[in-house]
Amino acid sequence: MTRLALFGGIYSNYHALEVALADIERRRVQAVYCLGDLGAFGPYPDRVYPLLRAARVGCLQGNYDNSLAGGLTDCQCGYTDPRDNHFARLSYAYTFTHTSEENKAWLRTLPQNFRLEIEGRRLLLCHGSPRKINEFLWESTSPDQFLAYLLDEADADVACVTHTGIKWHRKLPDGRHFVNVGVLGRPENDGTTAVWYTLLSVGHEDLNVEFVPVEYDFQALARDMARERLPEEFIETISTGWWTTCLEVLPHKERARGRF
Amino acid sequence: MKHPIIALKHIDNLWFQVTGTLCNIACAHCFNGSGPGVKTFGFLTIDRVRDELETAISVGLKAIFFTGGEPFLHPQLLEMLRLSLDAAPTTVLTNGTLITDRTADELAKMERGTRYSLEIRVSLDGYTEERNDAIRGRGVFCRALDATRRLSQRGILPLVTVVRTWSEEEELTTLAGFVRTLRQAGYSKPRIKILPSLPLGRELTRAQARVASAHSAVASLAREQENQQDASLARPADAIPDESLLTEEMLVGFDLDLLMCSNSRLVTDRGVWVCPLLVEMPDARLGDRLRTAVPHYELRHVACTSCYHYGTICGNVSAQIEGPADATTAPDFSPARFKPSVLSG
Repeated sequence: MTRLALFGGIYSNYHALEVALADIERRRVQAVYCLGDLGAFGPYPDRVYPLLRAARVGCLQGNYDNSLAGGLTDCQCGYTDPRDNHFARLSYAYTFTHTSEENKAWLRTLPQNFRLEIEGRRLLLCHGSPRKINEFLWESTSPDQFLAYLLDEADADVACVTHTGIKWHRKLPDGRHFVNVGVLGRPENDGTTAVWYTLLSVGHEDLNVEFVPVEYDFQALARDMARERLPEEFIETISTGWWTTCLEVLPHKERARGRF
Repeated sequence: MKHPIIALKHIDNLWFQVTGTLCNIACAHCFNGSGPGVKTFGFLTIDRVRDELETAISVGLKAIFFTGGEPFLHPQLLEMLRLSLDAAPTTVLTNGTLITDRTADELAKMERGTRYSLEIRVSLDGYTEERNDAIRGRGVFCRALDATRRLSQRGILPLVTVVRTWSEEEELTTLAGFVRTLRQAGYSKPRIKILPSLPLGRELTRAQARVASAHSAVASLAREQENQQDASLARPADAIPDESLLTEEMLVGFDLDLLMCSNSRLVTDRGVWVCPLLVEMPDARLGDRLRTAVPHYELRHVACTSCYHYGTICGNVSAQIEGPADATTAPDFSPARFKPSVLSG
C-alpha cells in the first residue's frame, strides 16, 4: 500500500499549513503534494514557501500561481459579479505585491500536473481539471460520464484536483476514481473552522480516500489578516466557516448549504 | 471575408429548445422572437429528448439546459427534468410566471432527490414593476417575484437573470436594487446573473434606435470628461460593438472554450443548431440529430462577436464581461471602481 498526502489552495494560510504538515509527518506517507494556489486571500504570502520546501512537498502550479508567475492582471478565477470581483482584486493585488521576486520565479518553474504510476494505477494530479487549470469541478456539477471522459482523455485511472475549495470523492461505475482533495486555505462553507487535506492509500486491490480535518489557530490568522488590513469579510470566513465572497461560482447545491 | 471556423471540441453542454418559440409573454428584447402563438419552432417530444440525451451521455456530457419559449408550457417538462437530472446537472431558463405552488413542490422534491444541481433561472429585467413590465409585459413582475419566493421557501435558490440595460456607473445601484426587491419579495439569499443584451431578434430593432440616441449622449458626456477618465466607461453596456464580425486574427491567443460553439449544441424540433443564440440563422443548423450533425461551424454572425466579447453568455456563471486577462510585467492595481458595501444592505 502506498500512501500519499494531498492538498491544494493554501491561500497563504501558513498557520494551517504548519499544522497539516506536522500531522502528515506523523502519518508516515511516501510523498506529499500540493496541487496549487499557494497564495491568495491570506496574509504574508512568502511564509508558505519555506515550509513547503522544508517538507519537500511536490508543488503544482494553480491558476493563482500561474497569474503571479506570469504577471497577469487577475487571478483567472473568472468572477464577473462586481462584489466578487472587488474582493478578488484586493486579494490578488495584495498577494502580488507581497510575493517576492524569488518566489515568483520559483512559481514559474512549477509544472501544471504530475503523473504517477502506483500499484498499476495511473494517477494524474492537477489543479482545476485535467484539461484546464481553472475549470471548477464541483461535486454537484460533475456527472459520472463527464468525469469518465476527462479520465479517458488524460489516460488516467485516478485524478486528483482542487481549485473549488470543497472536497469530494467519487468512485465511478467502472472502478476509476476522481478526488477533489480540498484546500488548506479556508474552511469549506460548512459553518466549521476546520480546513482539509486528503490521504490517498493506493493498493493493488483498491484505493482508499480519507479526508483529514485540520484544526489550527484561526484566531492567530485573523489577527495577521487584520494587521495586514485584509477585508473583514475574509476574516469572517475563516472565523465562522461560512464563505462571504466568491459565491457567484458556487452551483446550486453547494450554494444552498452555505449561510450566504 | 474569411471567418474563423470553430470545431466542436466536446459536447459539455446540451441545450433543448423544449417549447420551441412558444411563450406566454413577449419580451421587447427577446433574442429569438418567442411569444404567444409564435411557432417558428415547435415542442420537442420526450422521446426525442431521451434519444439525444443518450447520445450526449455516451460522449461524456457535462450539463443540460432547457430553454424555449417558456419551458413550463410543455406538459412533460417535469418528466424530462427527472430524466435529465439522473444524468447531469440541469438548468431551466424560465420567466417564472407558470411556477405554481404545485410545480415548486415538484421541483423541490426533484432537487432533494438528485446529487446534481438543479438550477432554475428566472428572468427579470427591472427591479421595479414599472421598469420590468415595460419590457416583459403587464403583471409579469409580480408573478416572477412570486416564483422566486415559492422556490426559495422550498430550498431552491433561483438564479435571477437580468439583461444589462444600464451603464457601468449604474451597475452597483441597479444590482443593489435587485437584491432589495428580491429580499422584500421573500427571497432571502438572492443569486443574480447579469447578461449582456444581444443584437438579435426583437432587441436588434430596439437597440438600433437606442444606440443612435445613446451615442449622441455619450459624445456630449465624453466632451465633458475629456480631461478626466476614459470616456468608454460612459458608453452604454448594451451598445452594439463596433467590430461587427470575427476574424481569424481576433482569435489568435483567445481561449476558444469561451465560445459556446466549441462545447455546446442546441436540439430543436427542426434539427440541431450550433448554439441557442443563432437559432434564427438557417446556416447555423448543423443537421437532423446530434450524432450526425456537422462538427464545426464558421462564425459569421454579429452574435458570435458578442460571445467573443462577453464569454460564455449562456452558462450559469455570468459572462466574462471584462475580457481575458493580459500578461504584463507591471499589473495595474489602481483602486477598483466598485464599492461592494452598496450590495451588502
